[in-house]
Formats: sequence, C-alpha cells, structure tokens
Amino acid sequence: MNKVVSPKSTAKSIVMRNTFPEEVLEHVLSFIDSHSDRNSVSLVCKAWHETDRWCRRRLFIGNCYSVSPAIVIRRFRDIRSLAIKGKPHFADYNWVPEGWGAHAYPWIAALAEAYPALEELRLKRMVVSDEALELIGKKFQNFRVLVLCCCEGFSTDGLAYIAANCRNLRVLDLFECEVDDMGGNWIGHFPDSYTSLESLNVSCINSELRFSALERLLCRCPNMKALRVNCTVPLDKLAILLEKAPRLMDLGTGLFMTELRPEVYKRLAVAFSRCKEIRSLSGLWDVAPSYLPVVYPICPMLTSLNLSYATIRCPDLIKLLTHCQNLQRLWVLDFIEDRGLEVLAASCKDLQELRVFPSEPYNQEPNISLTEQGLVSVAVGCPKLQSVLYFCRQMTNAALFTIARNRPNLTRFRLCLIEPRSADWQTHGPLDDGFGAIVEHCKDLKRLSLSGLISDTVFEYIGTHAKKLEMLSLAFSGGSDLGLHYVLSGCESLRKLEIRDCPFGDRALVLNAAKLETMRSLWMSSCRVSYRACKLLGQKMPRLNVEVIDERGPPESRSDECPVENLYIYRTVAGPRLDSPGFVWTVNENWAMRSPSL
Amino acid sequence: MVAKPREQNLEFEAAERNLSPGMANQAWGLEDSATDFKETELTLGPPGESRDAGGKSGTKRGFCETLDLNLTGSNAKRNDPGAQSQQEACPTAKHPAAKAKLVGWPPVRALRKNAMRSDGCNYVKVAVDGAPYLRKVDLEMYSSYKHLSEALEDMFSCFTIRNYFNAGKLMDPVDGSEYVLAYEDRDGDWMMVGDIPWQIFARSCKRIRLMKSSETVDIEPITPPK
Repeated sequence: MNKVVSPKSTAKSIVMRNTFPEEVLEHVLSFIDSHSDRNSVSLVCKAWHETDRWCRRRLFIGNCYSVSPAIVIRRFRDIRSLAIKGKPHFADYNWVPEGWGAHAYPWIAALAEAYPALEELRLKRMVVSDEALELIGKKFQNFRVLVLCCCEGFSTDGLAYIAANCRNLRVLDLFECEVDDMGGNWIGHFPDSYTSLESLNVSCINSELRFSALERLLCRCPNMKALRVNCTVPLDKLAILLEKAPRLMDLGTGLFMTELRPEVYKRLAVAFSRCKEIRSLSGLWDVAPSYLPVVYPICPMLTSLNLSYATIRCPDLIKLLTHCQNLQRLWVLDFIEDRGLEVLAASCKDLQELRVFPSEPYNQEPNISLTEQGLVSVAVGCPKLQSVLYFCRQMTNAALFTIARNRPNLTRFRLCLIEPRSADWQTHGPLDDGFGAIVEHCKDLKRLSLSGLISDTVFEYIGTHAKKLEMLSLAFSGGSDLGLHYVLSGCESLRKLEIRDCPFGDRALVLNAAKLETMRSLWMSSCRVSYRACKLLGQKMPRLNVEVIDERGPPESRSDECPVENLYIYRTVAGPRLDSPGFVWTVNENWAMRSPSL
Repeated sequence: MVAKPREQNLEFEAAERNLSPGMANQAWGLEDSATDFKETELTLGPPGESRDAGGKSGTKRGFCETLDLNLTGSNAKRNDPGAQSQQEACPTAKHPAAKAKLVGWPPVRALRKNAMRSDGCNYVKVAVDGAPYLRKVDLEMYSSYKHLSEALEDMFSCFTIRNYFNAGKLMDPVDGSEYVLAYEDRDGDWMMVGDIPWQIFARSCKRIRLMKSSETVDIEPITPPK
C-alpha cells in the first residue's frame, strides 16, 4: 500500500517509542554480546545511551591511551569484565623502546575504587607490576578471570599474591608474558581450601614450577579444563598430571623428552588414551620422537595443535599429522617443509588456520626445504583455510595468484619473506601483482602483512580492492609517499597501520590527516616523516595524539626537516599522555610536550 | 586490472612509478654498513648529543638530512642530489655486515627466539647511566665481545666503545666522568664485562649496564675465569 506518511503520524510514532519500558530494553540489550554492536546501540538515541551506560557489563578498550580510567568510570556504572590493550603490535618484536608506557597499575587502581565487583580482566601488551597484581588480589572479592597476554613487569611474587588471595579465581592465563623469577614456590600459595581453578596457562614462565604443589592443586580442583605447564615439567611426570585431570580439553605439555623407558612410555600412553576430551595440544618442547606415538590416541579429536616449539623433523611430523584429520588450527616450525605441508593438505580438510614459524630466522641458508610450494599445497587442498602466517625465504607472483584464486575466503594473510626486499625468484621483479591478486580475490581480507620486493603499485591495488582490510603491516616496501597515500585514501575499513623502513613521508600523512581519526592507530618507524609534519599534524588534529618516540634526544635539538625515528599516532579523547618517558614527545602545535612527571 | 584511484593528484605522478627495484634497494638501504668510524679516541655522551659539532642527527639509520622533504614542492625526484649521495653512502643490501646490523628482523617474538635455544633466556637489558631508556639485546646473536660492542655502539650511537676491550675504560669528554661496562650474572653479582670467555659470559649474563666508575666500588676486581 503506498501510503504517504504525514508528518503528524511520524511524530506520533516517535512519542510512542519513548515510552518503551526500560526494563524490556535492558533485557533485550543483554543478548547483544558483540562490543561493536553494543557501541552502535548506545548511539541510537539518548535513552538507549543511558540504558547502555547502566547495564553494560563487558567493555573492550583497544588502546589504553585512547581513553582515561576517569572517563570510563564516569560513563559506565557497573563493569564486570574489562579487556584493555596497551602497546602497539610492533612491541612484540622489540621495536617499541623499553619503558614506552602502557602501565596497568593506574587502571587497576581506578577500577578498584569504581568497580569492586569486577570479575574479569584481560590485558594485552601492558606493563603489569607486582603491585598491580596485589591490588587485584586485595580489592576484587569476586575476581574470576585474569588473562595477561604479552605482558611484562611482574614476577612470581605477584603471581603468589594472586594465588593466595583470589578465592574465586577460575582462569589464570599467562600467554607469552615475561615473568621475572623471584624463586619461591608461587603455585604453593593457592590455599588448601581453594578448589575453583578451571584454566591454568603458565607455559611462558621460565622458572621451575614446584611439581608437588601443582599436583595437589589439580587433585583438589575438579573442574580443570585447561592446563598448560612450562618446559620445566618433565615428561615422566606428565602422566601424573593427566591422571589427575582426565577431563582436560586443552593440554600444554612440558618437555617432551626423557630417556626411553618402557614403564614411562606405557604410563603415558595409557594416560593419554584416557583423556577423551582433549581438543587442543601445545607445549611439546624438545620432542623425543620415540615418545610421540603416545599422543596418537588423542590426535583424531584434536582441533588445535601447536608444534611451534617442537623440534620434530619432517618424517615424524608427517606421521603425526596423518592422525589429525579434524585439525582446524596448526602452528608449526618450518621443519614441516613442503612435503609435510602436502601431507597436511591431503589429511586435514577442515584446516582453517596455518602458521609456519622459522626455526633459524638468522641463518641465511638453513638446510630446510620450505618454499612457496608448501603454502600453495595447503591453499589449494584446504577449502576452509582462512588465516595464514607464513615465514619462508622465497616467493613468486605465480604462487600468490594460485593462492588467491583458490582461497577467496582468506581473511588473514601474513607473509614474511625473511630476506627484506626479496624479489619473485622466477621473474626477478616485484611481488606487486601477486599481492594484488590476493586483495582482489579475497574480498573479506581483514589483515594483511606484506614482505619481499614491493613497489607503490601494490598499494594502488590495496587501496582499490581491500575495502574490508582492518590491519596492514609493512616493512621495507614501497617507493614513495604515493604508496601510503593509496592506502590511507582507499582502505575504508582500516583501523591499524604499522610501518617500518618504508620511504613514506610527510605529504601522504598530511593529506590524509582526517583519515587518522577514523583509525585506532598508525605506527611508523625509520620512515621519512619530518618533525615539521608531526607538528603540523599535532596542530591540525586535536583529537589525535602525535607521539614522536626518538632516542636521539629532543626533536627540537635537530632540524625540523630531520625525519623522526618513530612516530605513533592514535585517536584519543583523553588528551596527551601524562606518563610519557623521557624519549617520547606528544607533539602539539608549535612545541613538543613531555610529561611533567619526568 | 586496476582501477585508477579516485583522486587524480598530479603531485604524485610519474617518477615514483618508474622506480626500479635496484634503486629502491639503495635509496632506502639498510643501516650504514660502512665502517667509517672517524673517531679513534673514545667518547661518551648521553643520547641526544651527536658527535658532529654542527648538531646533525645521528646517522644510525643511514638517512641523509639532505633529502628533500619539501611539502609544497612538486615531484620528489628520485635522482635529486641528496638521494644520489645517499646511494653512494649506503651500499647495497647484500653486504654481510649490513645484514648483521638489521635490528629486529625478521619479526619473531623474543619468547619464541629464546625458546629455540635449550640453554634458556638470552635476552638481556642494557642500561646506560644517565640515559632515560633501556634496550634489549639477544646475546645469542653475537659470537664475541667485539661483535657485541659493535651492536651496542649501533644502539647507543652517541658513544664509541670499539676500543673498550683494549683500553678498558670509557671516558665522557664533556664532564670527564669515567664509565665501565658491567653485567649482572646469574648469582646477582655485578662484574666487569670482558673478564671471562665469551661463551661463559653469554650464558651467565642477565643484564648489562654502562655505569659511572664512581659507582663501581662494589664491583668485583678482575677474577680469573670461572
């Protein structure tokens, strides 16, 4: 029916919408989990914004400096679960100088006052001190989940405090953290009355775990679902742990090597065969191949396998993989070689994610036959492959074409050619067309890392086609500012851009200054951005923090034309940082601000 | 196959597109590998002070200040004089010394690097008294004290420590204070760097510090290798 809607009837319907009961709205909103959806909900109208303020329980902060604790606390009344990310991604490779920032303590101190009912804290790339951990133990009575991913700054003393004081802890997950060893027996600090542990991941701790304490902990915690021990737990003790926790779904072993003893082997084999629920297997440091068969019984059920620390060679890898028909995720070293990847492609048709790491990243010519062919086999053979991280030493455009045509469903493609600026070894030319094919065919590509010989042409392809791209990583790429301009002006969904050693400079940045406010952050190191351009950006864009991170001293002491060492630009509503160290300057207008606390 | 970008920004056209890979390699080369250390005397200064009287920035990354970054100019020509001298100063990437100095490549996490060695963690922090920042070095990457001193020099480019292990001491010419290179071993003791064979040092060193010798009263005297 083609009814013309009169202004009067529209006004009436708006009035009716305002009387929608708040309790009903709250109930409906509680089903909306995704952070971005909740954010959208809060923008619909003032009433919905208000409701969201009061009933939001889970919050994600992608950059700890984009907002301040005070702003968060002012807006949300009662948060129970908080996730915060700190340093930029390149910090993982030590490209962000030590002491840059991302301190967790100020956040935790503020949260302790405002949200005493906080239950979950997930921190990534933050500096977490022992004092911060003590505060968690002391202030949050119902604390349940602590996940620290790529964090540092704390020691086993801080962990002891958590163990001793968090009576309701369910999850303690330390993923790839740097933990200082203060000796002692921190695991022994879980009280005898403590029984609620469900997930424990301490694989990154280098110091010894007191086995007897670990064993007693498992005995009294009946709900253990995930256990990842560290490399100090020997193989002959693993069986004991498995016997105490046969319902584990996620297992990270310790050292997988000991002298071959039949009774040890048998006990392990029996223990593994009783663990019918293991879906994820990791650890496996220093593998003795003769012990590998003990895990065969659990292989058919595995969906996730992390062999990236395992020193197993190709023949043993192949034997293992042929048992893992249901594998969805595989992390492995380049020991797998092309032939192992062929077997993977033939055996694991459900594979979604593949990561191949270099066993000898600094060796020019290791004795390992891993080339572009391996990746092509998997791309062609595994129809569900979505996510790739691949370190290798050679590549061709032809291989990239094949991958792109066969796997348009790729969402993450990270290729690292170990030698910077490696050309297509067949044509001796750049890899532009190959990567161009990737972005053209893989329309849902969200994350891309380029390497090898790359000119500005590829950035034109990326700007034209990569409309869903959210994160782009570049190193030793491109020919000029044009490359950066294509990316900034073309990639509509871009949130994070990280660049090192590329000839990108002032012009592209200044022209696309407005774009930077639509992104979470931009990192550029060893590029060609002058201090003058930084000042210009800082002046034009008050809602950006333009950080010059330069260990050569104050940028004012050098010419304005001199390129800055590192540049980190991120949008923020919190203004310039108050905790910058001596080598970070937040550039505003005509001067560079450094924190008064220095 | 490729659609034209929406904005026809004439400033960006031409020369950049014709850039050959070879030129790219040289123009944006790796760190300066030429070992043209002019100073033979030992100097020391906090970061931010350069050796040159003219106050030019350190050439740690090999970028020439003469490159034309004029925002209002037209095409940034590849073959401007600045870039050419850059090409001469920065030899091709194939130089082995240049490779060794490529900091932090390939992108492999520290924990992953350390785990590949069965002798445990070999990432150590390096601090310089008076400097506001730390660096980390991976001792496994070096095979000798000389190799390490070259890397430290690259990182803290404001001083020279090349001749350290001959002369034994470093001096800051500005205020005359002396510095020593010290390390903390696994027992928590602070020792002088260079006393023991490299392999043993690499395994026992937890932390390195360039400390003012006025603060070294409690450093152990030179002891025979353990």
